[in-house]
Amino acid sequence: MIQVNGLTKDYGARRAIDNLTFDAEQGEIVGFLGPNGAGKTTTMRILTGYMPPTDGTAMVAGYDVVEESLEVRKRVGYLPETVPLYNDMTALEYLKFMASLRRIPDTEDRAYESLQAVNLEDRADSFIGTFSKGMRQRVGLAQALIHRPEVLILDEPTIGLDPAQIVEIRNVIREIGKDRTVLLSTHILSEAQQMCDRVLIINKGKIVTEDTPENLQSRLVGSQRVVLRVRGDSDGLNARITKVKGVRTVESKPDGSVEFEFGAGEDARPQVAKAVVQGGYELLEMRPVGLSLEEIFLELTRENSEDIKAS
Amino acid sequence: MRNIWIIAKREFDHYFISPIAYVVAFLILLTTGIIFAINIYYFIQNALQSFGQVPDISPITGAFGFLLVLSIPAITMRLLADEARMGTLELLLTAPVRDFELVAGKWLGSLLFILTIVAVSLVYPIILNGLVSPGIDQQLVMSSYLGVILVAAAFLALGVGISAVFTNQVAAFFVTLMTFVFLWWLIGFPAQVLQGSASEVFRYLDMKTHFYDSLNLGSIKLADLVYFVSLIALGLFVGTTAIETRRWR
Repeated sequence: MIQVNGLTKDYGARRAIDNLTFDAEQGEIVGFLGPNGAGKTTTMRILTGYMPPTDGTAMVAGYDVVEESLEVRKRVGYLPETVPLYNDMTALEYLKFMASLRRIPDTEDRAYESLQAVNLEDRADSFIGTFSKGMRQRVGLAQALIHRPEVLILDEPTIGLDPAQIVEIRNVIREIGKDRTVLLSTHILSEAQQMCDRVLIINKGKIVTEDTPENLQSRLVGSQRVVLRVRGDSDGLNARITKVKGVRTVESKPDGSVEFEFGAGEDARPQVAKAVVQGGYELLEMRPVGLSLEEIFLELTRENSEDIKAS
Repeated sequence: MRNIWIIAKREFDHYFISPIAYVVAFLILLTTGIIFAINIYYFIQNALQSFGQVPDISPITGAFGFLLVLSIPAITMRLLADEARMGTLELLLTAPVRDFELVAGKWLGSLLFILTIVAVSLVYPIILNGLVSPGIDQQLVMSSYLGVILVAAAFLALGVGISAVFTNQVAAFFVTLMTFVFLWWLIGFPAQVLQGSASEVFRYLDMKTHFYDSLNLGSIKLADLVYFVSLIALGLFVGTTAIETRRWR
């Protein structure tokens, strides 16, 4: 459904995306994961026909995004990062306007159908200007759904929503993703893990890695990190922990705690605890820390190029 | 073509909830109304002396043309600049709508709004027709009003084009106003100073001459029509190109 080949986009001297290649099949939800400024929005704007690439090609629903832009735009539903709404229109008027631009025969029925999909049918006649951020986000999503597109491209669809709404929107997206193609961007790792069949991690305009969430997780959980805190001075603690079998790295944190890492499958925690107590320290706390997104990026960008190719 | 109409309709509807649109409509109708009243009063006062002369519509349409110079920048400034600022341009540029259809739709929507004001101002010739026996010069009314509509259509097209270049409404307003001042007044001066064919060229470019010296006097000439249609085409071309350029940035 989406085939991207060597896509490159320069903004003046700055290269926003660099030689991106990936694809997405029908019935697949693909997550674009990366920090702000990684090139997610730029890629999406090219795929939706908003701007042409500097180099490379992209096919969406079988049409070239540059040569057959109008055909692509007919088949794509797009929710941009800044939700494009007219505050002086009611939700229903807005959706009817978009439906008529998309040549849908019974605009009113479809507008209601879309509003139902995002649970806003009771606010159909309210002005969009009076909506909360979460409601605006949902109207934007309704707009992207109105023509039942083959491909749905969503730029940060859950941003600004409260937890209950996030669950709702995720369900809507998952439902759509069963038979259509969804490409969504996020910078929240858990979101990508929960919603997507496949995750593309993008950083500085390049795809760092591409995998299913399960594989990604198991690759990332190749090691386990634990934070340890003792009462009083922690001098000499590092040396003790380093000696324990299985411990790979030990690091003192400025707040006095110590963080150590050991390989998966060789749980070093009992030995570390024993060593700490035997050393006369009073153990206050020992808890595992998850890898933050930044750390995953560091982790992944540290991997050598062969590793990336293998994935 | 249908897309142009859909966009035009939304734009037209928007004017009726926009304070600027009401201010513009009010000022145009108030000013032309005052001129109309003074005109009638003058003719009644001098009815005996000015035997053989009848009041006509040209002072009102003449003022109307001038008022368009000042008011159309306020009507067109937000058309595309505001879409760009609000992010809704992204919506329209990723909808299956050609760039030209978007620009033409905006132009048509604003033209329909001005035509509504023009339609209201038709009460003046109707009243005048009732006051004068055996009625006023119909052809003059037609050509004067055609002139007003053509001036409006050309100014609106240029305004839409300039609005497409800017993200800031205020910038769009001043550049549009400056362009109009140039086309309406400044460009006429070289025509007076220069001689020969150079003078003719500037004379042709001067919008005033096509309106005051021609349409507003009752003559409909091909040269004038070509002038206005060219300006409309130029404005829409500038707008479409600006939108296309925006994509490549």
